[in-house]
Amino acid sequence: MEEGVKVVGFWPSPYSQKVIWALKQKGVAYDYIEEDLSNKSQLLMKSNPVYKKIPVLLHGGKPIAESSVILEYIEETWPQNPLLPKEAYERASARFWIQFGAEKGPTFGSLFTSTAGEEQDKAAKDALEVLKILEEQGLGNNKFFGGDSINLVDLALGWLAHWFQCIEELVEIKLIEPTTLPRLHAWVENFNQVPVIHENLPDKKRLLAHMKSIREMSISAK
Amino acid sequence: MADEVILLDLWSSMFGMRVRVALAEKGIEYEYKEQDLRNKSPLLLEMNPIHKKIPVLIHNGKPICESLIIVQYIDEVWHHKAPLLPSDPYQRAQARFWADYVDKKVYAPGRKIWATKGDEQEEAKKEFIEILKVLEGELGEKPYFGGESFGFVDISFVTFSCWFHVYETFGNFSIEKECPKLMAWVKRCQERESVFKSLPDEKKVLEFVYFLKKIFGIE
Repeated sequence: MEEGVKVVGFWPSPYSQKVIWALKQKGVAYDYIEEDLSNKSQLLMKSNPVYKKIPVLLHGGKPIAESSVILEYIEETWPQNPLLPKEAYERASARFWIQFGAEKGPTFGSLFTSTAGEEQDKAAKDALEVLKILEEQGLGNNKFFGGDSINLVDLALGWLAHWFQCIEELVEIKLIEPTTLPRLHAWVENFNQVPVIHENLPDKKRLLAHMKSIREMSISAK
Repeated sequence: MADEVILLDLWSSMFGMRVRVALAEKGIEYEYKEQDLRNKSPLLLEMNPIHKKIPVLIHNGKPICESLIIVQYIDEVWHHKAPLLPSDPYQRAQARFWADYVDKKVYAPGRKIWATKGDEQEEAKKEFIEILKVLEGELGEKPYFGGESFGFVDISFVTFSCWFHVYETFGNFSIEKECPKLMAWVKRCQERESVFKSLPDEKKVLEFVYFLKKIFGIE
């Protein structure tokens, strides 16, 4: 049985990017398979029959789905350059923040698809509240959510360092600014400078165009 | 040094029950503190300031929140007895996947079955049965979701079983009829001391829902 690692992903997705970041951070070689979500492959349907979504990690042909599950699998299988604390309480705390970030997805989704007016003002307010919690209680005075270096929490929230800027540009509201969220703003800059991250981000222009079309489709569907 | 373990919980919460079952499986002594969610205690607000929800496990003064995170914490700290997660990383990933599936999928349609009427209720019932069938498929012929041993996925889902009577009563259907293998698994789990001591009587839960509907003005 082959021991190779494959990642089935979609280039604009922060979920598949997280998996790539984790593998790269640990120096694990993998083959990347770009999925056409408008025409899902047999491989995807077979390896993730429950959700039929990317990302999927295949290790020696065995599939794992759900990015948070994949990240923990990567951490356990390749323990070099650890991305989770060793101590149980700190691990629980890291998992708490990963889950918090995941649960608050819809809050940012609402902002992304909002149009100017009361709806957008409320969406921006809700998003800002979440960002404040992340800054004050998640990040605190640390450089990264992982402390001095990035860990799974940083990877899970990594979309805030690149994809969120596209959202801000499309809705014409800047939330993560040095005046309003100084520590989170600094985290964005620091995170983007980590070599593994810096070298593995989708092209901003291409991403912006992609997100713009998704936003327009969502708005017209409302 | 003796461990101080406190659980902030609500008797009817299927999420809190997960922690009770995990603590019982490991034979951990703890202090149970019933919470009034309509009048949240200073302790709850201090220990879970972000979500202000139960369950919260307080271990030697330090809080851990979110039921499945708590169960994993318990498994890691008290690792010398009754492992709840498999040791093989691939099996662990499968366990996490399915516990996450239960966490994402079961609660919302279940709630709609007793809290709504008409089309919304019918939709919820259909969705709920579908989800149960997926879980039944995953269980297959195994005695437990974890295989031969009771574990993480079993704990994540068995706590909903004391709410089945509620869903069946308001949804007017039989889970036994729809998913007989799943009900066999429920009965198997209920024979475990950790489960029957941690889950309330299903009639009490039904009474509680009648009460909730009254005070929230849900017909």
